[in-house]
Amino acid sequence: MLTVKDLYASYGAINALHGISLEVNEGELVALLGTNGAGKSTTLKSICGVLRPQGGSVEFLGEDLIGKKPEAILKKGISLVPEGREIFTSLSVAENLRIGAFSCYERDRYRYDLEEMFALFPILEERLQQPGGLLSGGEQQMLAIARALMSHPKLLMLDEPSLGLSPTMVDQIFDLIATLRDRGTTILLVEQNAERALRVADRAYVLKTGSMEFSGTPAELESELDIASVYFGGTKDGSGEVTV
Amino acid sequence: MIGSEFIINTLSLGSLYALIALGLVFVYGILKLVNFAYGEYLMVAGYTLYVLGTFTPIPWWLTMILAVALAAFVSYLTELIAFRPVRTKSLDAMLVTSFAVSVLLQNAALLFVSPRSRAVPFPPAFSESVTVFGATTPVRNILTIVTTVILLVALTLLMKYTVLGIAMRAAADKFTTTRLMGVPANLVISVAFILSGLLAGVVSIFWVGRSASVDPLIGFAPLLIAFIATVIGGMHSLQGAVVGGYVYGLLFNALSIMLPASLINYRDAFMFAIVILFLLLRPEGLIRGGYTEERVG
Ligand SMILES: Nc1ncnc2c1ncn2[C@@H]1O[C@H](COP(=O)(O)OP(=O)(O)O)[C@@H](O)[C@H]1O
Ligand SMILES: [Mg+2]
Repeated sequence: MLTVKDLYASYGAINALHGISLEVNEGELVALLGTNGAGKSTTLKSICGVLRPQGGSVEFLGEDLIGKKPEAILKKGISLVPEGREIFTSLSVAENLRIGAFSCYERDRYRYDLEEMFALFPILEERLQQPGGLLSGGEQQMLAIARALMSHPKLLMLDEPSLGLSPTMVDQIFDLIATLRDRGTTILLVEQNAERALRVADRAYVLKTGSMEFSGTPAELESELDIASVYFGGTKDGSGEVTV
Repeated sequence: MIGSEFIINTLSLGSLYALIALGLVFVYGILKLVNFAYGEYLMVAGYTLYVLGTFTPIPWWLTMILAVALAAFVSYLTELIAFRPVRTKSLDAMLVTSFAVSVLLQNAALLFVSPRSRAVPFPPAFSESVTVFGATTPVRNILTIVTTVILLVALTLLMKYTVLGIAMRAAADKFTTTRLMGVPANLVISVAFILSGLLAGVVSIFWVGRSASVDPLIGFAPLLIAFIATVIGGMHSLQGAVVGGYVYGLLFNALSIMLPASLINYRDAFMFAIVILFLLLRPEGLIRGGYTEERVG
């Protein structure tokens, strides 16, 4: 469904990605792991058109996405839940959701979709008229996910959805991700919380300072790689020591 | 009765200043660009009033509609031709571009019309006096207030209850995220410029109406007023611009009344002293607003 090949990206003089490749098939939940600064967000930004890569290709459903505008890529069916949630703080919860449905608004379907979101996130119905900025971190994350789902994405990309949330809220978010996966939503999940992400993922990639270090199933990864090392940025070499 | 006259005059002046500031903030909110060419949209409407009113038999009401429409159109064109190509560069590039557009439009007026001011015909009814609540004031002032109220209500409805308005507010809050939701960047920016030009056009009718003349530099004073009003009210929300405009109008009229005759010539100095106080004591303005400082890239 999504094929990223040999992607290079930089911010001015800083090279953030050195030729990474990854693939997401329809119906899969793929985890993209790595420490802070590894290039995970950069990868997502390159896919959704916020950042123009220096080289490589991004193909989605057989179509080249490089050079397309973010609004055009959304229309192709890729929706991003950005890092830090990026809720419109001065807009009400209802207005945030309405913007989420901007590209595909039909009155009846919109009503139906709203009901579906309220079933998934009952708190949003209670807070419907409140400004997004007044929600708690976890509620904002739910709103960000609901907002992204309003466009009926074929591929949902989540950038560190558990970041900065309380343990119970992290549980809720991962339960939700599992629910979405079970309903057939294709998901590319970026996480630093490798352990939790691997529990729900079909396949996983590990990025390290702009290069792809590993790819495979969670089971393969766990045998190949000390999970703790993912947190600390090192890999287990032959001697069993974590190199940072 | 001096009391009600003061109130009507202040409401009228404040309304005008509120519209002036609002037009500037519409573009600032989304692009974070202080558009120095804003005053020239007002000038474009002024010259339209002059040309159509002097050389054609077009009725005055149609002249006014055309003037407002042309200001909105020129504003839209400047975005399309001048600002859009440099939008992804730096904010500095945009600022310099807005200076260039401003100077270009001024010089066009100097060249094609005249450096001297031109008399603009207005229907006599515009400056006839009426008595409202015991206050005697030109019809123009009442029209300013009424027009402003209608525009503010219409814009509030637009921004609150239409998708376009919600998208504009979202874009002013977080531009890139708004695009990620499928809202076209060019759409919200074009609409912001059109609304900005439209407000400049409406302001022009009342601004030019006060002196009944137009000259190439007529845009400068309104631009300055917009700056001051936004310093007072805050640059980060539409409400701030409106509040700033009315507070500025009130301060201006209050100073005019309270200052002794010997100091009245220094009114602007007092005004700027107050503005500096605002900058020192409340740099974000009276209304803080929710807009972030994200740049459009
Ligand atoms: N806006 C930016 N400007 C300059 N450098 C950036 C910017 N965003 C990210 N980087 C750099 O690019 C690299 C990858 O960042 P990022 O993709 O955000 O990492 P991750 O999401 O994996 O934590 C880091 O070295 C980071 O410092
Ligand atoms: Mg990141």
